Amino acid sequence: MTSILLVAERDGQGEISQSTLQAVAAAKSLSDSQVTVAIEGDAVKSGASLAVEKIVTLSPTDSGDAGIYDKATYDITSLISLINPDLVLFNKSDFGSVVGARLAFRSDYAFAADCIEISSTVTGLSVTRPVYGGSALAEFEIASTPAIVTLRAGAYETGTDTGSPIIEAFNSDGSVVGQGATTTDTVAEARDGVRLEDANFVVSGGRGLGGPEPFSVLNELADILGGAVGASRAACDAGWIDHSYQVGLTGKSVSPDVYIAVGISGASQHMSGCSSSRAIVAINKDGDSNIFKEARFGVVGDWEKVLPSFLATVRDLKA
Amino acid sequence: MTFRIVVLAKQVPDPETPPSQFKIDESTNSVFPPNGVPPVVNGFDLNAVEAALQLRDAGADVEITVLSAGSEFVMDAMKKPLAMGADRLVLIEDSSLGNIDSSGTVKILAAAIEKDGPYDLILGGRQASDWDQAHVTLGLAEVMGLPLVSLVQKLELNSDSVALQRVIPDGYQVIEAPIPVVLTVTNELGEPRYPNLRGIMQASRKKPEIFTLADLGFSSGDLAPKLELKKLYVPESNRQVELIEGEDEPDSGKQLALRLREEKLI
Repeated sequence: MTSILLVAERDGQGEISQSTLQAVAAAKSLSDSQVTVAIEGDAVKSGASLAVEKIVTLSPTDSGDAGIYDKATYDITSLISLINPDLVLFNKSDFGSVVGARLAFRSDYAFAADCIEISSTVTGLSVTRPVYGGSALAEFEIASTPAIVTLRAGAYETGTDTGSPIIEAFNSDGSVVGQGATTTDTVAEARDGVRLEDANFVVSGGRGLGGPEPFSVLNELADILGGAVGASRAACDAGWIDHSYQVGLTGKSVSPDVYIAVGISGASQHMSGCSSSRAIVAINKDGDSNIFKEARFGVVGDWEKVLPSFLATVRDLKA
Repeated sequence: MTFRIVVLAKQVPDPETPPSQFKIDESTNSVFPPNGVPPVVNGFDLNAVEAALQLRDAGADVEITVLSAGSEFVMDAMKKPLAMGADRLVLIEDSSLGNIDSSGTVKILAAAIEKDGPYDLILGGRQASDWDQAHVTLGLAEVMGLPLVSLVQKLELNSDSVALQRVIPDGYQVIEAPIPVVLTVTNELGEPRYPNLRGIMQASRKKPEIFTLADLGFSSGDLAPKLELKKLYVPESNRQVELIEGEDEPDSGKQLALRLREEKLI
C-alpha cells in the first residue's frame, strides 16, 4: 500500500485547483494508493466528491501570518508525524515549493521538486524531473519515507473519478515558532482580464518583437480570443513588459489549449513553462529555431507581416 | 559595524551552451563538458552578488563572502563575483562532492558558514541553472534554524532588520525580517553588473580560502544521497510541426487562422 498525503490548493474561486486535481490523478496512478487530502480552511463543495479516502481540514492561515508559510509548514509537519505517509505530494506552486522544501529539510526527508512523473517501484518511488532548463530528464529512485514531491502543473490529466471521502478537522497544537519575518503589506499589481495561469489561450512575445510596442497587437489578439498575454524572459529582461508576464522556468507555467509564440526562439528555459499546452503555434522568421521542434503549427515568416492578417481573420471568425 | 554577507554561488555548465553541444554520458549519467565552453557561476547566484553590492552602493559597510561547494572548480569562472566587487571567496572542494545531493550540500554549507564566523545575511539565487531545484537556500535556513524569505526583488538594510519585497504571482509582499536572515534573490532585482578592469585585476590577486570536508568534520559517508539518480537522458521530441505556407506572409497568417479553426482550436 502507498499512503499519500496530498496538500491541496484552491483556485481564485476558493474551490480545489486544477493543479490539485491533477495531483489527485498522479496519486491514484500509484499502486494500491490510499490518499488523504489536506486543505487549509473548510472543506469545499468540490472536495466532497473527490476521489480520495479522506480530507483533513487545517485551520486557515491568518492574513497577518508571520513570514512565508510558517504556519502551514508547521501544521503539515505535525500532520506528517501523525499519519506517517510514504509520499507527500504538493503542487509546484509558490506555496508547494516553499512549504515542501522547508518541511523536508526541517525533518531531513527526501525532497524532489518539479516532477513530471511518479511511479511505484519494488523498493520505493521513482520520480522524473526536467533538468538543465528542460534539455534533459532525470529519473531518481527514493527509498526513504516519506518522500516530499512537488508536481509540475499539466504533467497529469485531471481525473474524472469521484468518491466520498471522510472529512476530519486537524487542529495542530498551535505552538508555531514564528521565525521572526513579518508580512506587513501585500501589493497586487493591477491586471486586466484573464489570469495567465488560467487562460485557455496565451499569446506570448519574445525577443523577435524588437520592442515594447508590438505587445499592443498581442493584447488585441488575446482580447479577441478571451486569453492572456505572456512573454519570454528575453522580452521581460529587456524591459518591454513586466516580469509578472514571464512564461518559463523562472516565470509562470501555463497549460492553455493554444499557446501562440510570436518571435520566440523556444529556448528550453521558455519551453518548460509552456510545453504542456495542447497546441503550440509558432510564428518566427528563423525556420531553424527550436520553437518549430515543439510546435504543432507554424509559420516561418516576419511577424509584422503575418500577425495582422492572422488577427484580422481570427476577428472575422469570432464575429 | 560591518555587515557580514555570505553569498552562495554554484559553478554550473554554461546554460548558453548550444543544444548541439549538450551531450549526456549515459554510462555515468552526467553531462559531457562541452568542448571549449567553460563552466560559469550560476547566473541567478550573480543576482545575489548584485544584491549585496547594491547594499554597499547604498552606503552600508558590508563584507561580502562568496561561498561555494563542489569539485573541479575553474578559477576564472569562480572569481567573477570577486571581479564584480565581492571581498572573499571560500570554496569547499572535495572530489566526492560531485556525487552528493542537496541534502548533503545543505549540511556542508551550513557547517562552513558556522565555521567561517559571524554572519548577518545569507543570500542565494532563486535556483541553479543545471538541476533547477531551487531549494538549497531554503533548506539551509531550516537546517540553520534561521528565518527565510524567498524571491526577494528589493532589499534595504536597517540597523537590526531588513525591509524586503517578495515577488508573488500577481504582485509582491512587503516583509520585515530580523537579522540574521536567509534570502533568495530573484532576477527582478536587477542585472548583475559587469566587472570593470580594476575589479578583474583585484580578483586576480585574491586567493580563494579552501575548506575540505575533513575541515568541516564530515566524511563522504555522512552525505549519502537520499535521491539516487538512475537515468539521465535527452527526451525525444516526437512532435512534427505542420508549417503553413500561403502565397505570401500575410496569406500565411490568414491560412494559419483558418487551419486553427478547422482543428477547432479557436
